[in-house]
Formats: sequence, C-alpha cells, structure tokens
Amino acid sequence: MTRTSRRWTEWTIERALQACAAGSVLITVGIIGVLVFETVAFFREVPITDFLFGTVWTPQFSDAQFGVLPLVTGTLLVSAIAMAVALPAGLLSAIYLSEYAPARVRRVVKPVLEVLAGVPTVVYGYFALLFVTPLLQTVFPTLSSFNALSPGLVMGIMILPLVSSLSEDALHAVPTGLREGAYALGSTRMQTALRVVVPAAFSGISASFILAMSRAIGETMIVAIAAGQQPRLTGNPMSPVETMTAYIVQISMGDTPTGSIGYRTIFAVGMLLFVMTFTLNLASDWLRRRFREEYA
Amino acid sequence: MTTSLRPLVTRTSDSPGPTTPVKIGVTGLNFFYGQKQALTDLTINLHANIVTAFIGPSGCGKSTFLRTLNRMNDIIPSTRVEGRVLIDGEDIYSSSTDVVDLRRRVGMVFQKSNPFPKSIFENVAYGLRINGLARNRGEMEGRIENSLKAAAIWDEVKDRLTESAQTLSGGQQQRLCIARALAIQPEILLMDEPASALDPIATQRIEELIYQLKVDYTIVIVTHNMQQAARVSDQTAFFWLGQLVESGPTEKLFTNPAEKLTEDYVTGRFG
Amino acid sequence: MSTRASRLAGDRLLQTMSILVLALSLVALAALLYDIWSDGWYRLDWQFITSLPSRRAASAGIYPALVGSLYVLLVTAVLAVPLGIGAAVYLEEYGGGGRFARLIEINIANLAGVPSIIYGLLGLSLFVRAFQMGPSVLAGGSTLALLALPVVILSTREALRTVPMSAREGSYALGATQWQTIWHQVLPSALPGILTGLILAMSRAIGETAPLITIGALAYLDFAPSGLMSPFTVLPIQIYNWVSLPQPAFAENAAAGIIVLLVLLLTLNAVAVVLRDRFQKARQ
Repeated sequence: MTRTSRRWTEWTIERALQACAAGSVLITVGIIGVLVFETVAFFREVPITDFLFGTVWTPQFSDAQFGVLPLVTGTLLVSAIAMAVALPAGLLSAIYLSEYAPARVRRVVKPVLEVLAGVPTVVYGYFALLFVTPLLQTVFPTLSSFNALSPGLVMGIMILPLVSSLSEDALHAVPTGLREGAYALGSTRMQTALRVVVPAAFSGISASFILAMSRAIGETMIVAIAAGQQPRLTGNPMSPVETMTAYIVQISMGDTPTGSIGYRTIFAVGMLLFVMTFTLNLASDWLRRRFREEYA
Repeated sequence: MTTSLRPLVTRTSDSPGPTTPVKIGVTGLNFFYGQKQALTDLTINLHANIVTAFIGPSGCGKSTFLRTLNRMNDIIPSTRVEGRVLIDGEDIYSSSTDVVDLRRRVGMVFQKSNPFPKSIFENVAYGLRINGLARNRGEMEGRIENSLKAAAIWDEVKDRLTESAQTLSGGQQQRLCIARALAIQPEILLMDEPASALDPIATQRIEELIYQLKVDYTIVIVTHNMQQAARVSDQTAFFWLGQLVESGPTEKLFTNPAEKLTEDYVTGRFG
Repeated sequence: MSTRASRLAGDRLLQTMSILVLALSLVALAALLYDIWSDGWYRLDWQFITSLPSRRAASAGIYPALVGSLYVLLVTAVLAVPLGIGAAVYLEEYGGGGRFARLIEINIANLAGVPSIIYGLLGLSLFVRAFQMGPSVLAGGSTLALLALPVVILSTREALRTVPMSAREGSYALGATQWQTIWHQVLPSALPGILTGLILAMSRAIGETAPLITIGALAYLDFAPSGLMSPFTVLPIQIYNWVSLPQPAFAENAAAGIIVLLVLLLTLNAVAVVLRDRFQKARQ
C-alpha cells in the first residue's frame, strides 16, 4: 500500500467510526425533538396548567379532562412502595456483601442477584398479578385484584440488585485505611460499617438510590399488568391505580388515530416521564462524580 | 545538586567519537507530558553499527527519550515534542514524515516481552503481512526462519512454530519479540530494558545477541543495570532528571567520567 | 454500646438481617420460577410452539410470536452491533479525551438511563410514522436497536479497556497503522468480552415489551412475519396479551410462554459462555 492510500484508508475508517459515535447523539436529539414537537402540539389544545395541576384524567371521555396528577400520584405511589423494599434490602445486602460475606457466599449470591436483574419485566408482571396479589389477598381481604401494593413490592425485588450492586461498589471504594482506623479504635464490624464506611460512601449510596427511583418511575410492564388502568388520585396502596407508563401502554394497545388529542397525550405524558427520569439521572450522576472525586 | 546542568553537556564533544557515521542526530529536544516537562534540551549523536546505552536512575527520562526516536510517544494523549531528531539527516518530526514508515525503519523491543496472543509463526509473520513484505508463502517462511535464526531462537522453536507464543519462557518470549522486530528489516533497533525481567542466563543470551546484531543494526539500549551497559555498549549516555549529563565511550564514562554526578552514579553513590 | 454483649448482639443482628434479606430474595426468585413452572409446564408441547394463537386457550400457540421475536432480534443485532462496536472503538481508541468524545460519553450515559417506553415513543414517531415503516419488523428491530446501543457501547468499551497497552505498542512498533493495530490485535483480544456484552444486550432486547407495544406491534396475529415489512408480534407481547385476559386457561398459556422465553434467554447466555470459552482456548 502506498503512503497516500494508507493515509486515506486510515482517515476514512476513523471518520466512519466517529460517525457511529456521533449517531448516539442523534438518538438523544431524536427523543427530545419528538417529545417536544408532539407536546407543543398538545399544549396548543390543552393549557399547560390544566395538564400539570388538574386532578382528573379522562382523555377518552366525551368531556375529556387532562389533569395528569392522578397518573403522577399513581406512579409515585408504586415507586415509593418499590423503594421501601429495594432501599433497605439493597443497602443491607450491599453492606453484608462488602463487609461481612465470605467469598463462598458471594459466589452464590451475586449470580442470583444477576438472574433477578435479568428476568424480563413482563414475567415480574405475571408474578405480581397471579402470585403475589392472591397471596396478599389472604392477608388483606379488602385488597382489590388490581392494586398498587403488589406491583410495588415486586418492582422492589426487581430493583434490589441495582441498589445492591451500585451501593456495594460505593462501599468497596471506601479506602481500607478508614476501616482499619476504626478497628484500631476498638470498633466492632457493625460500628465500623454503619458509622464509618456507610457515611463515607454516602454520596455513592445516594446515587444508587436515586438511580433506582428513576428506574422505578420508568418501569412499565409490571404496573401495566398488575396495577390496573384506573387513573385515580389516591394514596391508598390497596386500590387500583394507573401510572404514567401504564397509560402509554393502554393507549398504544387501542387504536387511537395519529394526530388526535388522545395520540398526543402519550407524548405529553412521555415528556413528563422523560423530564422526571432525566433529572433523577443527572442528580445521580452528579452525586456519583462527587463521590469519585472524594476517593480518587 | 543545584548547579545548572545545561553547560555540562557540551563537554561531550571533547572525547573522541566513534568512527562510524552519525545515524541519529538529536538537537535541542524537549518533551512534555501535558504541562510536565520530561526531557530538557537534549543534544546527542548516535552512531551507526554500534551499541549505545542510556543509563540513569528510574524516572530520569531515558525510556521517554528512547520512545521519541520512533515516535512511540505519539500514541500517548497530550504529549508534545520540541527540537529536532534527524535520522539519516531527515527530521522525523517534520510534517512530511510518515510515522508508519518511520517505525518500519526503527524497530523496538520493550521492557516486558509482549508477544501477541497468537502462534510463534504468526508473531513474526504479522509485521511482514501488514507491511506487505512477503509475496508468497515460501518467501514468508524463509524470512521468518531467518529472523528467528538472527534472534538465536530458531533451534528452540523450529518444531513448534504453530504453538502459542505464550507457552515460551520469558527469555524465549523476549527473543521472539526481537525476531519479530528484525523480520521487517529495520535499520535501527531500540531496546527498552530488554532483560530487566529475565533471569541471569536468559539475560546473558540477550546480551550475546545484542553483540552479534550490531554488525547489521544501529542499537540503542536503555538499561538501569550499569554492568550490563558496560558489557554490551560501545557508547554510553547518562541521564539525570530529564537532562543529558554526559555521554561518551563506555569505558571512559565508567572509569574516568568528566562529571562528578556521573561518577557518583556509576560508583553507586546514588540511584 | 457500652457492654461487650450488646456490641456483639448488634453485630449479630445486622448480619442476621442481611442474611434474611438475601434469603428472602432467593425465596422470591424460587417462588417466581416455581409458580410459573407449576402453572405452565403441562401446556408445553410441540403443538404449543408450532400453533397460531386462538380464541380457545387449549389450542392456542406461540408460533407467530416466537418467529417475530427472532426476526426482531436479528434486525436489532444487525443494526446495533456494528454501530455500537464502531462507536465504542472510536471513543476508546481514537477519542483521546477530546471535547467531542466527552460530549458523546455523557450522552451515552444518559441514554442508558432513559426508560425503554420513551424509546417506543421515538420509534413510533420516527420509524413508524415519519419513515413510514408502519408497525413492521423493521420498525420494531430499529427501535430496540436504539435501546440496545448504549448497552453495546458501554460493554464493548469495558472489553477494549482490558486489552493491555503493550499489545498496541508491540503492533505500532512493527509499523502497523492504528486501524491495523485495532483490527489485528485489539479487537481479537477483546472479543470474548465484547461477545458477552452483546449477548447481554440482546437478552435485554428479547425481553422488552413496552417499546414494541408503543410502536403498535400487534397483540393478536395469526400468521408469522415473512419479511422486514411484515406486521409482527413478539413473545413478551403475546404473554402480556394472555395475562390480560380474565380466563385462567389463558394465564396458563402465559406461564408456558414465559417458560419458553426464559429458556430462550438461558440458551443465549449459555451460547455466550461457550463462545467465550472457545475464543479463550483458541488464543492460548
């Protein structure tokens, strides 16, 4: 190969690879562009204040109302239940795996957690609707067959591996010297873990919590299957609710004509969902970077 | 050690130089990693068909300097070079120099042997293939055999050419890397502490090999081992804190150095 | 924590609680698998795999969904694998920490956190409507390719980072160009890691439901897709459809469908392990 043709080949390959990388930016541009375009069209017909602060969501009724709050509370209710499971359980298992567990236990537990994280969400939905809800109904007879509690609990199990592995990474990053210092002062393992290691890893652990929250808010199939499709403004975990994601699925399963107001609602709801998760992801990322700087 | 080192370098020219022509001429070379200056104002001539050794304490810049001679530092981000490095009178940092052509002419052997995770045969064949140096299988095999013979490893590997290079011992791996470098017929061979990870017997074989190779190649070797420098090299250059303190015939540098600093180093008072 | 006994009790308590939590998650996984197996195993037979869906649960099968899943996965792989590996190679080998590379890195990290259903909205607007692909195999595969891309890029970069610098230097020193070095040395060395990441990305894609529902994949289809522009359904959507029906017999179909889906995932992961072993052996 001559020198010029070699240089030309190298240049072409580098540009082609660069184009692949630049393509990922186009995805973001596409997501934001599509959401903004359809949402703006939506807000031309529905005032933004009605959307954000309205308490009734009946877009398919003849006297349609577009108050998104019931979908938001439904989402937050299920996510809060999921967090109530995933945060303490995830943190405890992270502390155990990082500070206590012998290698033998880790070898068993880590793959199990990986399997839990790899199960498709539609499977968790089945589990919530047809196993957990009937089981809970034997304890709470008033629990309706669609409810926030059961999908919330199952979602907690699904998110647990995420919290556990990210928190464990954070705990691992705490320098051994800090632990040794605590032991040297006569601390027990628990005192060392809870009073020295966990506080030192606090921002890393918070980052994992926030990321878990973002994951819970964006989770779709578990709630679409087991939480119901009744948008209602309630904090009662026993009653059916509809989340933002479940609403998008509901409309997509029906035939809503393109360009109609019903079609645009899913983009407006999608936009809100995107903004919420994006903010949480940024916050998580910021905390993680701050954590890394502390122990770089 | 607060005296300026700059003027000391000029004394090098007082000593009688080698009789072979200058192969590599370095003038006013500065090198930076980001903001940090690693080499300061190096000026030295390296002659053809002799062995020149670079010595000095670790971190003195001898390896960095070696890597500027085939522009290996180019692959490290945010590094910068000032000054001139001429090979056969041509500036290797000029915009018309093709770095790929340069590295074909200037072979390199690394401190830690780094055979590719392939067969012994393929390790030597790689350079021939990418440079299109063999037109057919017969020519390829001939060149590979010659390179392995030149690196004094042929007898040990001729019956196991298809085996993975990772199965060789450390010393054999390093000689394979030398064979790999010789296969593309460079003019200059740079060796960055080639024996530092080897046992004494393997080291001795490498040193004998270097002695034989200087008939055909210009060899520059970095070593932290002063006995090794004394054994294998004709010329020696002593570096300290990114500067060239003194260079000259190996024997003179070790027995009658011009600089106090060199004397302290070669007599083991520091480093 | 004054007395020794109470200190030890605290330590014991924390440890017991942790083990309890881990045991519970193990139990949950076991319960899930047992529940699905006991609901669905007796519906599993050749007829179930090769039949079309039906209004009668007992004669319904997953054939169109299974074929649809494989079609969509193929399109996803064809699009996401070269693009993802290309982007990863650029960022890891060429990017050099420049501003452009930094921008793309932040972007990819954020994309990895976008809920999958949002990708569905993008696919609906872009592929189905603007590019007029309709709710086709091509639109579905493209949508999942966007979703898989960040995963492919992140895992490929991870694999490229494990290749030691000395392998690159050895190649450069012989007069290899950057691309020759990447193609002949870096990529082969990173291959086992790259493959593992690809399989992980594809496993995720095959279990995805929400984005495909959003782009309008059909819930009921009585023929298997025959090409890129065919309408389609996939296994998770078929499962979702059956779960949503009130009759218990359909729930059993859903359970059987889940078993097939999980077996498919297991097979993919087993293939990954075998491939990785074989490559590692071939290189020794």
